[in-house]
Amino acid sequence: MNTNNTLLKLNQVNKQFDGLMAIAGVSFDLNSGEIVSLIGPNGAGKTTLLNLISGVYPPTSGEILLHGADITGMKPYQIAQKRIARTFQSVQIFQDMTVLENVLLGLHHRLRSGFVKGMLHFPGERREEQTAVTQAMDSLEQFGIAHLAERKADSISLKEQRCLEIARSVVSGPSLLLLDEPAAGLNIRETEEIAAIIQGLRQHGLTILLVEHDMNLVMSIAHRVIALHHGHKIAEGTPEEIQRNPEVVKAYLGGTHSAER
Amino acid sequence: MTKTRKKWIYFLGLAGVVGLLPLVVKGGYYLLVLNIIAINGLVVLGLNLLIGFAGQISLGHAAFFGIGAYLSAIFTAMYNAPPWPTLLAVMVFTAVVAYLLGIPTLRLEGHYLVMATLGFNIIVYILMVQMEYWTGGPSGFAGIPPLNLGPFPVEGDLHYYWLLWSFFLAIFFLSLNLVDSRVGRALRAIHENELVANAMGVNTERYKVIIFAVSAAYASLAGSLYAHYLSFISPKTFDIFYSVQVVTMVVVGGIGNLWGGLLGAALLTALPEVLHAMRDYALLLYGVILMGALVFFPEGLLPGLIKLWSDKRAAKLGVSE
Repeated sequence: MNTNNTLLKLNQVNKQFDGLMAIAGVSFDLNSGEIVSLIGPNGAGKTTLLNLISGVYPPTSGEILLHGADITGMKPYQIAQKRIARTFQSVQIFQDMTVLENVLLGLHHRLRSGFVKGMLHFPGERREEQTAVTQAMDSLEQFGIAHLAERKADSISLKEQRCLEIARSVVSGPSLLLLDEPAAGLNIRETEEIAAIIQGLRQHGLTILLVEHDMNLVMSIAHRVIALHHGHKIAEGTPEEIQRNPEVVKAYLGGTHSAER
Repeated sequence: MTKTRKKWIYFLGLAGVVGLLPLVVKGGYYLLVLNIIAINGLVVLGLNLLIGFAGQISLGHAAFFGIGAYLSAIFTAMYNAPPWPTLLAVMVFTAVVAYLLGIPTLRLEGHYLVMATLGFNIIVYILMVQMEYWTGGPSGFAGIPPLNLGPFPVEGDLHYYWLLWSFFLAIFFLSLNLVDSRVGRALRAIHENELVANAMGVNTERYKVIIFAVSAAYASLAGSLYAHYLSFISPKTFDIFYSVQVVTMVVVGGIGNLWGGLLGAALLTALPEVLHAMRDYALLLYGVILMGALVFFPEGLLPGLIKLWSDKRAAKLGVSE
């Protein structure tokens, strides 16, 4: 790592749902420009953690800092305005809209026109729309789905929908991208394409927190891996360290198995 | 760009039809029906923005319609307030009332607004009936002064035809613009998936409350115009039944399709008049037609017809999609 400037800091974050401790005292840092992967068995709390960072619900206790500023408990739209973007585990695109409109929504918080300007279609409002369309088309181009721009979003393939979701989340130029299983449901070749896209994003200066089940994908692109189990952070390190970590192996293979293989 | 051009062509077509209709339609009765269509059309327009774009249902639009009508009547007839500034002030007032009603209810996800607006409509109705000194009670409020344009009084059905339809066209155009803008996109996103819209940076609470206030302001405007036009109003017009009726117009015409809303308003306003000749069977037939429309065109008449037409055309061209 050539840098140690912290972008995001989680400090003793807890999340309790009724009696269930979904996240228990998790702390970690994300440094600018790195790809960090969050792994763990089903129910380990990976998606819950993403939901906490993106403001879907507030943590029960603990704090989340972005560039040292407290963003704990902010609403999702405020987090989005702080330039943290995310995708969802099951693809969440707006199916009744076109591909282009989906990406335009990704630009929503960067545009200014409100109700009055929208009703009157002032020249400034039209110019803003035009610029946004150009920008959205560029983004679609970048992800190789520009030819689908006018298609309804539910009529394109799963891999294209995943690309669309990534395009929609990065079009506004976020500094941190939270990816929730971007390769789920894709075949090996498609997964490799997604991996290439993610690495391309990092080269554009994005920091990425990647929740992923596909260990090949994680090991090939992550700089650092954080392992969760039952809401606890059980390990953190390079992919190689994590692969050898007995706790992680135990969590994945079950308690009766020996860590030595 | 072609989308914008299409919008203009359709809109100018509608304006043309509105402009030419009085040449064909003679007689106060038919003009009256057309004028009521414009008034209902305004209420439906606002409601369609709320239901079709923000995905929220209001069963209290009769109340906003009634607040507009009664406040305009009270201030102009009893206190000699000038009609136009009163109309504007009442619109703002109604929007603020809706805003305050919307803040606690729209914050919650789900259909709490239905219950809140239903209750609100009942309360407003009771006030209209009970506050006899101001409203005239159940027997109604008579002697509402007509509107005027500068020194010229607006009198008779034909004058009001031009006035009401000008208002409708103007607001319709503004609404078409709104739908085709950043705000319209955000509203549709809220309708489809509130959580994701929020994650995209859309302040969903704020948008829902504002569009609710806007749609209430539309209803208030329609109510004020209605009061000045008919010069007499009574609480009966503003009960729950009217709220249900305008929602039905939205649903039958096409949820989320502003043109469909106009079609729904026109059809359901004119239908009872047409069915008058059937006497006792009128209500039965009205029900059957409504049911038929919803069974065969569940997504609304206009979207349904468009789909039917494009399917036919595709079949003719031998295109299979």
